[in-house]
Amino acid sequence: MNEAPFVIIGAGPAGLSAAEILLKSGAHVVLIDRSDRLGGQLTKQTHMFFGSEKQHASKRGIDILKLMVDALSGYDNLTVHKETTVVGMYKDKTLACLKGETYFKVHAQAIIVATGASEKALPFENNDLPGVYAAGAVQTLMNVYGVKPGNKVLMVGSGNIGLIVSYQLMQAGIEVVKLVEAADSISGYLVHASKIRRYGVPIEMNKSVKRAIGKTAVEAVELWELDEHWQGIPGTEEMIECDTICLAVGLAPLTELMQQIGVEITFIGELGGNVPRINPRFETSVPGVYACGDVAGIEEASSAMIAGKIAATHALLNAGIEVDKAESSLASWRQELQGLRNGPHGEKVRKGLEKLGVLS
Amino acid sequence: MRITEHPILSFKGKKPVVFFYNGQQLVGKEGDTIASALHAAGVKMLSESIHLKRPRGFYCAIGNCASCNMVVNGEPNVRTCITPLEANMDVRMQEGKGRV
Repeated sequence: MNEAPFVIIGAGPAGLSAAEILLKSGAHVVLIDRSDRLGGQLTKQTHMFFGSEKQHASKRGIDILKLMVDALSGYDNLTVHKETTVVGMYKDKTLACLKGETYFKVHAQAIIVATGASEKALPFENNDLPGVYAAGAVQTLMNVYGVKPGNKVLMVGSGNIGLIVSYQLMQAGIEVVKLVEAADSISGYLVHASKIRRYGVPIEMNKSVKRAIGKTAVEAVELWELDEHWQGIPGTEEMIECDTICLAVGLAPLTELMQQIGVEITFIGELGGNVPRINPRFETSVPGVYACGDVAGIEEASSAMIAGKIAATHALLNAGIEVDKAESSLASWRQELQGLRNGPHGEKVRKGLEKLGVLS
Repeated sequence: MRITEHPILSFKGKKPVVFFYNGQQLVGKEGDTIASALHAAGVKMLSESIHLKRPRGFYCAIGNCASCNMVVNGEPNVRTCITPLEANMDVRMQEGKGRV
């Protein structure tokens, strides 16, 4: 029997749910995360989740996180490395890890890559000024550390992150001056948009940032209207005083580690950009290397939780380890995943998965 | 700027943590990262761009973008957004790529 551990990179919703499945089987699991706390983006999600009860709908992200971490307690086959960055990945499934000033190596029999995604930026003049922050990062600053990003915020992007973070800024006592969206319609859930409209935040379509203004930090922002090709229209400029510009303009999967071992990567815009070419078992082109959660295509925490379970189960089965009721569990998880991807808001993801050839 | 009132979260009862920014004494809180403590103290500029020396601040909060790299206890390129604050840490603005 192969004694090498199953290694999970990233302890967010996908990584944590994969860990639980692996641990139950008795396999040795090594869970690595570069942050000092487990949970990935769940650590800051104070809002209640939608979706299915099986993925803890109507509970807050921060409470779901507690349940997921509690589910890992009591297992002596688990090793957790926090504040640890995987900096190298080799074809023989050896990982080079950096913890503080210490390098160490882990040899895995299978790797589950659940590294998530990073927030995209937006090109405009002075977009590197302090005060121009990714919206999710602002959410972390507020909800994890209790620190205000500023006093007056412009939100860019009407996806769920832009809408939810706008509301959470107001909960923290911060003014949201306006939300602008480059497209001609709101891309997130209407229920979130309605909420911030009720609190008086103007939501304006076909509008974006022309430039940020300030010396060592943002002092104001100049907006302008966009034409149908998303080009700024001269003469429509509007100046707004604010000290923070929040960019909620999408996420990009963090696939760099997989690229080190030649995992086949393909560009699918609907899934956030470069994604690993996975099969329906969430296995990449390199056998024994699995990808799940946002790194395999941008979706949401609920689908990441299910994907983690499916990937972990296949990793065990492929390693010749018996899994109790594997087939029926896999079938029901696939059904749950399909359920989450139904409806108009799942259209983009469905299109992306179809291009990837894994739409179930 | 700390959040004092919040409908869901409580940030009360966290112990103060004294540290140094460019030699100046500042006070953060237990549970802070270096970047969150600096932001709370009103320090928004964390680094400068390597060639044009443009001010850079917090951006991604997940240790990915390098915008918050600083010199901490003499070590350059520390990702301050994911590094927990410790008492008496010496945090400094980094010049260029930093020197080891």
